[in-house]
Amino acid sequence: MKLFPIRGGIHPDYRKELSSERPIVPLPLPAKLFIPLQQHIGAPAEALVAPGAYVRKGQLLARGQGPVSAPQHAPASGTIEAITELPGTHPSGLPQPMIVLVPDGKDEAAPLPEPIANPFDAPPQAIRERVAQSGIVGLGGAAFPSAVKLGLGEQRPLDILLINGAECEPYLTCDDRVMREHADAIVDGARLMAHALGAPNVVIAVEANKPEAIHILNCTAAPFPNVRVTALPVQYPMGSERHLVQAVTGRETPARRLTADIGVVVHNVATARAVHLAVRSGLPLTHRVVTVSGGAVREPKNIEAPIGTPLAELVAFCGGLTIEPHRLVSGGPMMGQPLASLDVPLVKGTSGILALTTQETAEHAAGPCIRCGNCVSACPCGLVPVELAALIRKDHLDRAAALGVQDCLSCGSCAWACPSHIPLVQYFNYAKGRLNADALAQRKLEQTRTLAEARNLRLEKAAAAKRAAAAAREAAAVSANEEKVTP
Amino acid sequence: MSPISPERSGPFGHAPNSVSQTMIAVLLALVPATALDTWLFGWPAILLFAVTVGACLAVEAACLAVAGRPVMAGLADGSAALTGWLLAMSLPPWAPWWIGVVGAVFAIALAKHAFGGLGQNVFNPAMVARVALLVSFPVVMTAWVAPQPLSSPDSPDLSRSLAITFAGEHLDAITSATALGHVKTELTRGIPATESVTSLPPLRDMALGLRAGSLGETSALLILVGGLYLMARRIISWHIPAAVLGSLFLTGTLFHAIDPARFADGGFHLLSGASFLGAFFIATDYVTSPVSKSGQLVFGVGCGLLTWIIRTFAGYPEGMAFAILLMNALAPIIDQYTRPRIFGRRRDGQALPLEEKA
Repeated sequence: MKLFPIRGGIHPDYRKELSSERPIVPLPLPAKLFIPLQQHIGAPAEALVAPGAYVRKGQLLARGQGPVSAPQHAPASGTIEAITELPGTHPSGLPQPMIVLVPDGKDEAAPLPEPIANPFDAPPQAIRERVAQSGIVGLGGAAFPSAVKLGLGEQRPLDILLINGAECEPYLTCDDRVMREHADAIVDGARLMAHALGAPNVVIAVEANKPEAIHILNCTAAPFPNVRVTALPVQYPMGSERHLVQAVTGRETPARRLTADIGVVVHNVATARAVHLAVRSGLPLTHRVVTVSGGAVREPKNIEAPIGTPLAELVAFCGGLTIEPHRLVSGGPMMGQPLASLDVPLVKGTSGILALTTQETAEHAAGPCIRCGNCVSACPCGLVPVELAALIRKDHLDRAAALGVQDCLSCGSCAWACPSHIPLVQYFNYAKGRLNADALAQRKLEQTRTLAEARNLRLEKAAAAKRAAAAAREAAAVSANEEKVTP
Repeated sequence: MSPISPERSGPFGHAPNSVSQTMIAVLLALVPATALDTWLFGWPAILLFAVTVGACLAVEAACLAVAGRPVMAGLADGSAALTGWLLAMSLPPWAPWWIGVVGAVFAIALAKHAFGGLGQNVFNPAMVARVALLVSFPVVMTAWVAPQPLSSPDSPDLSRSLAITFAGEHLDAITSATALGHVKTELTRGIPATESVTSLPPLRDMALGLRAGSLGETSALLILVGGLYLMARRIISWHIPAAVLGSLFLTGTLFHAIDPARFADGGFHLLSGASFLGAFFIATDYVTSPVSKSGQLVFGVGCGLLTWIIRTFAGYPEGMAFAILLMNALAPIIDQYTRPRIFGRRRDGQALPLEEKA
């Protein structure tokens, strides 16, 4: 299959060998599960259970609210201990509402929805509904509700469902393992999703550094003429949605548009497997495979764990830490989020938990920029990070916006390549945050103004109507008087 | 559990590079050419080299101290050593010690720290110093000597060398013209370039460095070796050197074809003067060249063309330093006009249009 080059990118030290040959192992049931109501992009779910309630495995705990949201299900049977605010899996560690579930170990199953019989004959809507009901979100890390993304074929003609098995982040091997061990489920899930989307073709794209996964997927997909498997060049950030689409199809997604606008929808391999389980077995998303790795972890592993497991238990299951890590990261080292502590739960979007040593993070005090241009060569988005950073440092955010800072992916290639160790992503995230906040404030201001103007208009109209009515009454009274007088 | 506060964004990993590693790689790449040339020009060259690099380090330390910045960290980045090294390479090999010291002040204090230190200077410090010295002390700065290798009996011994470098011993008896200077002088006397080049060393010797010239610029071959090493290590890319040398060679060849008596040929331009040193080590200076690859091509072509123009039409026989300084001044503007196209946008910044599906 012909591939297309993508701009820039880097070749970091992948260190996938730490965990790539570790088959997926199930985690023994933890003593407590902490299930956040918000694990996805969109509105948080609304809890349907009360403290003290007994819930069964797979039972709906919280339902999605609004068009972009996802429900949460019980990963195990047990008792709801509390619904309370606890530190979330987020760099801030700020508290967020969670359902605390104490499993009883019986794994008593709730009645699950029936498997969809002959799903390829069922209407696409049926599959989307099942995916929405099952709480499936993008498992690559973005955690966008999958059902919403499966509805993108409604308005636009799509021709390709692209299954993202690039796994371009260093260290992470959970997708690799899922591809090797559950290729059947992925291929079936992908075909189901393609049916839901109305996309005639499926391409499963995997970076060439996972030859076993590519081989198994090729064998599994062989009977299906519309499913192709393609080996991608190893180049970070190949797994970025837009870049993946460009590499596979040669199409460039216009700025501020979705890949669906050019006929392609991208879903992660693990999401495909979750869709297979939901459609074929009625299973909601209650577990995920996560890579626990890094130089400070005694025995890196790929673990299938219930959502809500405290990260500390996952690390303990890997033999704990050998030394004090320099950084704890959820996700991959390039785009993952730093964690203040391991006392936060595993959420649907957590692809990795990394405990990195000082040697691995290679952090350094930032030095002066020597304008080497490494960042310009590395940027996959065609930006000039050196110029953007200089503008942002001087707080010229409008000029940084004009030069495209909001088109930045935060992939970190520039900061990785910078010999002066300038934290470029930090600058860009700051600028993007400020620009978003300003835009929001501006929108609010305009809304307020529109509302105020509408109110004034309304009041004026009412006053005018009142005046008119009064005048009419007066006129009527006068004419009545006149009538009285005239005859 | 862990006391580390997550005060920053990723990435939580880094390329195995740093500013000092970069500078050290460039210094390493300069070693072969420097070693050959100091051997060719003998003890006075070694002394001048040591004085110039030492003076640059001393001036750097002083400037950092005055600016209240950490002195040792500033020296450790290797940038001052590199500036000193390149400045030394661009000096006449038997120049007196104070040329190196005055040059160091021009380069480090005026061209670098007055602009704000590492990364802030508009002009290449070594070239500023070279040009300032050339304009201020034209006689000393054009007192070239023919190679007299350390092994030859003509090479001055250490005590005489100390006298040459530090006591200003007169050099009149031994001065020699550079190839570019020779051709230019002969042209003014009405002797065509076709004839004057015949009295020069053959191109093969010029490529090896067996010619009169600055302390480190004569061996095109060894400079090329260093340049290729830097490319292999991805410290520099091919864009600037290829653009400089390519445009210089093509312009030289073209005009030589038009009027061989008036214009020296392309190969001569490539192998004389500071063409290779400039193309691989000076024009590629990160701080003072454009950041994008397309900008670097524009910049390199500008350097090559200006060098040829200055060599051919201006008063000075060699134009590389002037050409690079002129292009340094243009680098910020080149940067503005050669930004890469943003993903998903047209060159003018508008989002790509959505193609209507057939």
